[in-house]
Amino acid sequence: MNRRAPRKTAMLMAGVLVFLFLLQFILPAYHHSTFSKIMVLASYAVGFNILLGYTGLMSLGHAMFFSTGMYVTGICVYHFGLTGIPALGIGLIITVFVSMLIGAVALRTSGVSFLIVTLMFGQTAFLSVLYFDQFTLGQDGFTLTKELQPLVLGSTSFSYTDPNFKYNAAWLLFAVCLILSNLLILSPIGRVLIAIRENEERTQMLGYNTYLYKLFALTLSGTLSGLAGSVHALLFSYVGATFAEIHHSIAPLLWTLLGGVGTTLGPLVGTGIMHYLIDFTSGWTSAYLLIVGAILVLLVIGAPQGLMGMIRQKWMQWLP
Amino acid sequence: MSAWIDNNFPLVFLALLDGSVTAFVLALIALGLSLVFGVMRVVNVAHGEFFMLGAVLAWACFHFTGNMPLLGFLLALIVAPVFVGGLAMLSDRLILHRIQYNPESTIVATIGLLYIIQQLVLTFFGPEARPVEAPIYFRVQFPWFGYSGYKLIVAGLSGVLLLGTWFLMVRSKLGLYMRATQQDAETARTFGVPTKSVYSKVFAIGAGLAALAGVLVVPIRQADYLMGLEPLLLSFIVVIIGGLGSLRGTLVAAFIVGISDGFISVFYEPTLAKMLATVLVAAVLVLKPTGLFGEEIR
Repeated sequence: MNRRAPRKTAMLMAGVLVFLFLLQFILPAYHHSTFSKIMVLASYAVGFNILLGYTGLMSLGHAMFFSTGMYVTGICVYHFGLTGIPALGIGLIITVFVSMLIGAVALRTSGVSFLIVTLMFGQTAFLSVLYFDQFTLGQDGFTLTKELQPLVLGSTSFSYTDPNFKYNAAWLLFAVCLILSNLLILSPIGRVLIAIRENEERTQMLGYNTYLYKLFALTLSGTLSGLAGSVHALLFSYVGATFAEIHHSIAPLLWTLLGGVGTTLGPLVGTGIMHYLIDFTSGWTSAYLLIVGAILVLLVIGAPQGLMGMIRQKWMQWLP
Repeated sequence: MSAWIDNNFPLVFLALLDGSVTAFVLALIALGLSLVFGVMRVVNVAHGEFFMLGAVLAWACFHFTGNMPLLGFLLALIVAPVFVGGLAMLSDRLILHRIQYNPESTIVATIGLLYIIQQLVLTFFGPEARPVEAPIYFRVQFPWFGYSGYKLIVAGLSGVLLLGTWFLMVRSKLGLYMRATQQDAETARTFGVPTKSVYSKVFAIGAGLAALAGVLVVPIRQADYLMGLEPLLLSFIVVIIGGLGSLRGTLVAAFIVGISDGFISVFYEPTLAKMLATVLVAAVLVLKPTGLFGEEIR
């Protein structure tokens, strides 16, 4: 890591964000809305990547954090008639709490046990959604189109259904997640997390309480995922059990692996490519699970470092 | 307490019966998972799909033999483990061996395998659940209710298969190789144990056990392409509670989970049973992170 790396990083990230911002003025309507979706889901993947890419912990239950945010925010709007921002805030607080609680238990295990335990907690979250159906309306979920009041800032009000508002809200969310993850990686805490990824015992030997660092990483990761869930509920007006399913836990894993584990831009690249790939292939086959499966297998055999990982290896060693 | 048991005895008995049947089948599935983990240090996320393939193949055999459930059942008992075991061996050679059994890569790869198998079954078998007739049908009449005799046969056959696996482990040369590889693969290799082929065989045996469980279960609960997830999660719960890699722990935990599942399902709700099983896991982890019988793992 050379001394000018942080500056290069800052410029690259700023460039990416400005590019994404300007993109909304030239994209046709269809891709405009696709990109809003990609940016929200990429924020979820950025949260996931903090845990997998920079702490070395693979979770198979991240959908529980995403759906916690989504359901808490959705229920606040649907059942209690709150407006978007307070609902988002409550979702955020509860996700922080849930992430810490789950982390405190799950982090008592390590290695493959951690994977299995997160998978099971994720499944429990899904079952809870089905079980408490007086609030969640079971498998089908609910829409927020009628209940959600427009966002009022000063004297102007923004409707959550307005495509331009959607795009910019999604962009803002992604920008926050991307900047946070870059700041984290460059910070001393991030260095300790990477040390844990590389060799936990040695990090312990150096006097760090690795459990607390991992708990911090998991809480931050879960919180960003939950935030993405809350925003998803508000912008796309739908809250449903599919977002708590195990497939939705594996999705960020796939996106992150494809884009590059342990690269801050990888989640965005992976999410974008997968989204368009499935979109593109759905024209001639409905067997998209086969594509997902094949990509997963081929990635681990042929390119475990992912796309941005390859770019880092070949050209840009400083890439965070 | 005892008065409550007296009043509810038929229900308690039913819960015990149902729970034991679940426990035997669960033990069979989880044993495959535990064996693969113990010897290969690999968590096979596609394990539930091997179970599902067994069930689907049982349906295929049932149809292939026309209207003779017993013949179809016997055929499936041979075809399913051979086919699924072969598939597992192939995926071991083509995928797992190439990524050197790295724990995280194998999990990702087996997730990939899970999706591929699910999609292929969905494409060729279809999305609907299909029933398979039980090979033999009779009722065992208890004083309070009649109980499906086939369910008891399922428990019995599972017990036989568990014993068979145990016998294989302690009496056969392959079993010796397996235990040697489990203790220390590198040392085993220097003593001439062909670990590469042991890995393939263990993976095939684990998958075969799951497939057999699928064949046994399918007359009780139809075959569909999504049926693999639930037994996978339950086996994970069993394996975590029992301690990863400990076969004894797997068996004990299968009975704890199976019977408590039976009780909660009879008295409350199946969904609640699954949720409580996870809480049980959390409790075990808080008290003893390596599980009941698990040793420290690297």
